[in-house]
Amino acid sequence: MSSIQVVQTSFYKKYKAGIITGAKLLISLGCLLHIGYFTTALFCCVDFANPVEELSHATGEWGLHFLLLSLLITPLRRHFKWNDLLKFRRFLGLWSFFYIFIHFFGFIFFDHFFNLASIIEDIIDRPYIAVGFAGLVLLTPLAVTSFKRLQKKLGKRWFSLHKLVYIIAILGVVHYWWLVKADIFWPVIYALAVVVLLGDRLYFYWVKDAAKKQRLKPSSKKDTTGQPSVMPKS
Amino acid sequence: MSTYNKESITFNTGLTENDVTDESLFLKRRHFIKAGMSLSAMAYFPQLAMAAAGDAKYAGLKRTVDLDLEPHSYKDITSYNNFYELGYGKGDPIRNAAALKTDPWSVTIEGECEKPGTYTLEDILKPHDFEERIYRFRCVEAWSMVIPWAGFPLAALLKRFNPTSKAKYVAFETVYDKDAPLPGQRRNVLDWPYREGLRMDEAMNPLTFMATGIYGKPLPNQNGAPLRLVVPWKYGFKSIKSVVKIRFTETQPETSWNLSGPQEYGFYSNVNPEVNHPRWSQKRERVIGKLFKQPTLKFNGYGDQVASLYTGMDLRKNY
Repeated sequence: MSSIQVVQTSFYKKYKAGIITGAKLLISLGCLLHIGYFTTALFCCVDFANPVEELSHATGEWGLHFLLLSLLITPLRRHFKWNDLLKFRRFLGLWSFFYIFIHFFGFIFFDHFFNLASIIEDIIDRPYIAVGFAGLVLLTPLAVTSFKRLQKKLGKRWFSLHKLVYIIAILGVVHYWWLVKADIFWPVIYALAVVVLLGDRLYFYWVKDAAKKQRLKPSSKKDTTGQPSVMPKS
Repeated sequence: MSTYNKESITFNTGLTENDVTDESLFLKRRHFIKAGMSLSAMAYFPQLAMAAAGDAKYAGLKRTVDLDLEPHSYKDITSYNNFYELGYGKGDPIRNAAALKTDPWSVTIEGECEKPGTYTLEDILKPHDFEERIYRFRCVEAWSMVIPWAGFPLAALLKRFNPTSKAKYVAFETVYDKDAPLPGQRRNVLDWPYREGLRMDEAMNPLTFMATGIYGKPLPNQNGAPLRLVVPWKYGFKSIKSVVKIRFTETQPETSWNLSGPQEYGFYSNVNPEVNHPRWSQKRERVIGKLFKQPTLKFNGYGDQVASLYTGMDLRKNY
């Protein structure tokens, strides 16, 4: 077993950059095919009774999936020390934004045909739409500032800004929960996922705080908890 | 090329002499072929003969209500359904359709009437000539279809049981067996059995229909076989499926979605673009198969026939 592991590890180390890029390409290709399938179905080839609804549901669901996956990176790093996962965090977040943007675009185009008054009325009148819209409004600056140059420019403020993702995840689940008529099974599952993902962070804050208090001397040890406040110096 | 006799009820919705579908012609041919094939078999299998007799009720369907609208395809009508007893997704009812057993079937008539009792489906259907009615069907979720129902007016059925003067409302129930729940009934997503109700005058309106079929053949299970209500000026959830109980009551009966979300789903639930809904704007609807939405008509376009039922009522309060 150990020899296999050694081989795998050395193979991984040797081709790490390529493997990561390859994984990203594969995931991106999957996403594009997925979105392409539902977009094509609007016009031809796939016999959905309500293709607009299919596109809306698929993009909404996967926007949420990628958002939660991006939130899974930090807990996995902390628990399993697989730090390379960090290279996927922005990638997953951007795919989440892309899906949610298409989700929103479908709403303003197919439901409202870009009629601003009608869009605003829908957002105001329907709490689930208001909540979803708020999530998108908060997510947009995160997507815009996700590029390395801006990240460096913003420095510490970048991290404070990107903490908004916690609120966005909650808004996303509430949006889903409130739009469901009666069967709240899946909203409950997503809510549990968010509770676990955010709960893990709270737990680490407490542990870290406790550790800090115990240490007394700030210079005694390096902080290795992997909280993103330690900026990767790349 | 109209082969149908029109129409006991007239509409002002731009009715033409269009025969709406080639599909019905196609079906007639199919009936003819099938009838020929099964003649010999009937001698040996009386049950088959009975089923064929049921089918025969669909053979000379009179089209009594028609709109100048093209019905949706059989596939759309039978694969995009809200029937929570068979699952909560639109595609679930057709997948789980086999779980619903419609033979034998009986309907219990209760309450304020002179002839209560449990009637077999055959007894229920026997005296009625089937008609075809092409109705708009508007779901509260802001989508709609056009459906060629087959069946008979609810009024004709209800009159047979001699409702008394105390009968102010009619309540309906969908099949539910606690010990053998349908796939969607295993969780209390709604308070089973599914219940619906109408005011007596709504029930007796000529538009209110008991459907047993679509496209000139018996309803598939996912559409509420073997017997369902169709109230075309109300949101689709009022059109209760797979009915096993009809009860005449003096007071307004409980209805399932109203119990589940009283601020969202009223007892009346008339299609009304002026009444706001917290989940879906009711101003417009997406006709299945279309990308963009179109304006929703008050009473789903049947105002001439039904608006008078609600004179003096504030439909914003009685939503």
